Amino acid sequence: MRIVTLQKEATPVPESLESIVEVRGISKNYGDVEALRDVDLDFPRGKLTSLLGPSGCGKTTLLKIIAGLVKADCGTINVDGKLVSAPGPERAFVFQDFALMPWATVIRNVAFGLELRGVARSEREDKARHYIVEVGLAGFENKYPHELSGGMRQRVGLARALAVNADVLLLDEPFSAVDEQNRRKFQEDLIRLRTNQNKTFIFVTHSIEEAVYISDRIVLLSPRPGRISRIIEPEIDRSGDPELIHRDGHYLDTVEEIWQGLKQYVE
Amino acid sequence: MKLFGHRVPMMASLLVWCVAWEIIGRLDLVFLLPPFSDVLAAAVDLVQTQSWQDATVTTLRAFVIGMALSIVIGIPLGILMGRVKLGDETLGMWVNIFSSAPLSALVPVLMILFGFGEKTIVAAVFLFAIWIIVLDTRAGVRHISPSLIEMARSYGASHRALYGKIILWAALPEILAGIRLGLIRGVKGVVIGQLLVAIVGYGALFETFSRNFRMAEFWALTIILFAFALLVAELIEKVESKVAFYAGERQ
Repeated sequence: MRIVTLQKEATPVPESLESIVEVRGISKNYGDVEALRDVDLDFPRGKLTSLLGPSGCGKTTLLKIIAGLVKADCGTINVDGKLVSAPGPERAFVFQDFALMPWATVIRNVAFGLELRGVARSEREDKARHYIVEVGLAGFENKYPHELSGGMRQRVGLARALAVNADVLLLDEPFSAVDEQNRRKFQEDLIRLRTNQNKTFIFVTHSIEEAVYISDRIVLLSPRPGRISRIIEPEIDRSGDPELIHRDGHYLDTVEEIWQGLKQYVE
Repeated sequence: MKLFGHRVPMMASLLVWCVAWEIIGRLDLVFLLPPFSDVLAAAVDLVQTQSWQDATVTTLRAFVIGMALSIVIGIPLGILMGRVKLGDETLGMWVNIFSSAPLSALVPVLMILFGFGEKTIVAAVFLFAIWIIVLDTRAGVRHISPSLIEMARSYGASHRALYGKIILWAALPEILAGIRLGLIRGVKGVVIGQLLVAIVGYGALFETFSRNFRMAEFWALTIILFAFALLVAELIEKVESKVAFYAGERQ
């Protein structure tokens, strides 16, 4: 484990890692509630970064600002060196409640991003089929969302995000509405998937274990107002059996370390 | 329903009432109620008359035009109210007033506006049917999960695609329920309109039958109307059940 920064001032620009998403001076208020205050953050290309913090720390707000779904009061977002203020094809979002169209089959849901881009039916369905297999849903192409379990529905959501071939995947607590057993399996699959897909993941979660288990770096946010309190890089070897990570010493130490840091925010 | 261990279809209860009607009719207790068999015979005769066929064409045409107008105008209005706060605030009060007001009282005003012809009947159907379609569409649009709309936006949906591919479909169960209720109200509208105008379509027939105490024909016409209203409602319900699987999906 490496603690990259303890103070907000020492903005992390880790050596050798090019950043794909740059957050600069982002603030956001909802009425009187200060959701985010002057957040500066870099997301390295090809890595999985988690935004971790107790509820009310503005992590989902920050993710939605990066996605262009929520407007920041001030500050800028750069993706791949370009200033963005609205959703764009280089970013794809995975929703906490899956956000699948219940009237459409799995394959149409997965192909929906491509459908909106005007890709021809046969082409987009070929692509969709490929990613349906990739997320482990082969054979479910023509099922409707209500015929699937929560975990499977989120796999559809993930396949939809992968199908548009965006560089950055934004995941908003993707496993929080998935039951525990499915979540473990899904997390393992996500680790495997990451090695095949050369993509940048930004992952919002409130689960310390989940963050440490899957992340290359973890950004800890403190609540009210939301700001960065620490950045941690758990140096865990994920090349082997994902099962073993849960018993890895580094893993357990990091979870404990983060918990000690977050404890103060929990009443 | 089960009777003596045998399954009895739901329609059987209707049969019991028909028999009761027949008996009461035969007893000659109430002059207004001829035996049911007479009514059926009258219905068979009635549908063969030129006057009934003409009246049916007139009535059906006014009904279809009125319904089409209220669907075509009601759905966009409901979507507008569901999506735009200003639209909801300016229109909400009026839609609510009209949907619960005794609209029959307004039909004479329609007569002044549109004359004693088909236009008034179309206007009456429209006036009776549209409000529930607007309200149900609005409720359906309000029910759409915000993340579904965010999803469409995040994958770059144009305004057109957002409405055509997401909002309309997501609100479809409520829209269909609104149309079904609107159809039933529209039948009410067409009958009340024609009764008040009294010289067009079924209104003229009702007027003639009741004024001349031709009760068998009067009841035959009533039954035909009821059957029609039930049939269209049933048809819409068939369509509704096709989309019901996702109506229950949303929280």
